[in-house]
Amino acid sequence: MQELSLSPEAGTAPVGGGADVAGAAVEPVVVEQAPSRKFGIGAWLASIWLVGLAIAALIVPFTSLTTNPKYPNLADVGPFKSGAHIFGVDAIGRDQLSLLLWGARSSLILGVGAIAIGMIVGGFLGLAAGYIGGRTDTLIAGVFNVLLAIPQLVLALALVTALSNDQPHISGTSVSFTPVSPARRLIVLIIALGIVSIPVLGRITRANALTWAQREFVLAARAQGAKSLSIMIREVLPNVLPAMFSIALLGVGVVIVAEGGLAVLGVGVHDPSVSWGVLIAGNRSAISTGYAYLLMEPVVFIFLTVLSLNYLGDVIRARFEFRDSAL
Amino acid sequence: MSAEQFKDAPLDGPLLELRDVTTAFKTGRGLVHAVDGVSFSLERGKTLGVVGESGCGKSVLSKSVMGLLPKRNVERGGSIRFEGEEIGDAKSSDLRHLWGTQMSMIFQDPMTALNPVMKVGKQITESLRYHLDVSKDFANDTALQLLTSVGIPEPQRRVNQYAFEMSGGMRQRVMIAIALACGPKLLFADEPTTALDVTVQAQILDLLQEQQRERFMAMILVTHDLGVVANRTDDIMVMYAGQAIEKAPTRTLFAEMRHPYTHALLQSIPKLDQPSHSRLDAISGRPPDLVHPPKGCRFAPRCPNAQDRCREEVPPLAERETPGHEFACFYPVGTPEGDEARARNEAEGKVPGASALSTAAAAAASSAPAPPTAAAPKSEA
Repeated sequence: MQELSLSPEAGTAPVGGGADVAGAAVEPVVVEQAPSRKFGIGAWLASIWLVGLAIAALIVPFTSLTTNPKYPNLADVGPFKSGAHIFGVDAIGRDQLSLLLWGARSSLILGVGAIAIGMIVGGFLGLAAGYIGGRTDTLIAGVFNVLLAIPQLVLALALVTALSNDQPHISGTSVSFTPVSPARRLIVLIIALGIVSIPVLGRITRANALTWAQREFVLAARAQGAKSLSIMIREVLPNVLPAMFSIALLGVGVVIVAEGGLAVLGVGVHDPSVSWGVLIAGNRSAISTGYAYLLMEPVVFIFLTVLSLNYLGDVIRARFEFRDSAL
Repeated sequence: MSAEQFKDAPLDGPLLELRDVTTAFKTGRGLVHAVDGVSFSLERGKTLGVVGESGCGKSVLSKSVMGLLPKRNVERGGSIRFEGEEIGDAKSSDLRHLWGTQMSMIFQDPMTALNPVMKVGKQITESLRYHLDVSKDFANDTALQLLTSVGIPEPQRRVNQYAFEMSGGMRQRVMIAIALACGPKLLFADEPTTALDVTVQAQILDLLQEQQRERFMAMILVTHDLGVVANRTDDIMVMYAGQAIEKAPTRTLFAEMRHPYTHALLQSIPKLDQPSHSRLDAISGRPPDLVHPPKGCRFAPRCPNAQDRCREEVPPLAERETPGHEFACFYPVGTPEGDEARARNEAEGKVPGASALSTAAAAAASSAPAPPTAAAPKSEA
């Protein structure tokens, strides 16, 4: 469209200067597009970090390089650092690198899982609200607002404690606990943080669907007899996806951090699973000691991961905004 | 494939018949009467040109007939019959089987009317597969044929491209291919060439005409340009402020324009035989407020022929001397009463715009750079 709108100007330019004018008029457009389209070094670093982390988290159960944190090495208790344990060993003899990679496993599963729930449920609700409009929109937007009005950490905390806490057994004066299985705790955490992410993703989807639904190609599809559901999924959704993805990437980071908050409150992933949040919570007393690295390592892992996710989210948004403006 | 469909179709009665169709939008200021009592009938395979300036309701009219307007905040009235079946107040779900297969629409701006993230081939096969329940291969072959028939070179390559990889004219051709995919009997072309280059405009219009003839398809060509409809329509309906004000077979209309608005529209198009730098006759003033339309004739405030009667009474849309030529005016152009009314207005200095209506006078005035005011002597007066 930009090129088309420029061509008449070039055509009416004085003879001789025509080519120069056309060149000068087209060039700024190209220059303007270049930075946003480029997948720069920052984006490469971010991708390498995330992909490397994901691969490490996938293969860590199959490696003998690191000690499985389920089986602490009590003969070799720390905390200390050595050439064999460059990330250190914690107070009960678990290798910190192994913990970080096992933690990456939980944290990434949690982040991606929760956001997947948010994208599917929030995305569908937002799409319906934006495309159908009217009462449907009022209702769904109301639900989003109600969900947003509840403090998110409190909602997650309530769900996790209600659905996956250790079961107490009281006999006389003694209390014993049946520990909940780590898998159940992880699933409940995913669902709880997924519910929290529904309104965030839903609102983004709704806002984008609202503008795309007004576009003429949606009317054109209707005029060809397409059904509402198929218009929503085939015409509107593909256009809304880039915005959803960029927010979803940010969301994964937010969920990882939120799990850290829950871990400090004692409802992170359950023993013997570890997550970065659990590592931070467990080592938080080390901050003023010589073993602060035990605390700082998971913090740096979270920091780098969230930074990478945010950066990639921005790059994705910039790339797709370009296409939007070109049409 | 379309020819076979039409063999079984009943060939009696008009394809589309509108009677007193009104469409009004509820707004904070009140009801906006976008279409106000429009009637016409369209025979199979014929073309109707709907002409008028921006905001006269021509696009709303075509969307009303298609049933594409939102149901909320719209008040509608009158009767729309398609092949004898009343579709005026049908629900979208009932109309869906008509959309695409019976009636279809081409939009003004091919840049926005194509999905930016779907390959054009897919956009064509989509409605084919939905309506005709054909296999994927058959739909793909048909898409290729359609693209070839709308004059797109290398269709095999084009089906796998996106809209942004094509030029404006090419996109409009794709739009036409999509609209024609299921062989509709009626095609609405809503300003199909407005967003296009002038050289491409003629090609697209020729293409539409050719496809229409081949498929024996009726077409409603909505435009603001009398030049566009002059050679390509069987009938013309001129709309102003939501109403039809002149309706005639194309030849008749251009031979004897009666309504001052139609006349003024034609005068506002530059002509080859005009000397260079001669002033175009723009229509002064603005279209009326459609919430509170004027009491009498809606064109009266801008009309050079308007008399007191025009401001009080609504002139009926009726046939006068020539059969089939209807117009709504008390003082039509080219009739003794019309000329008399205009002369009276000129004498009283009440002609809006005060520019020469007759091209002869404009040509005479331009030889000497005299200001073309109402005081310039008129040959008819």
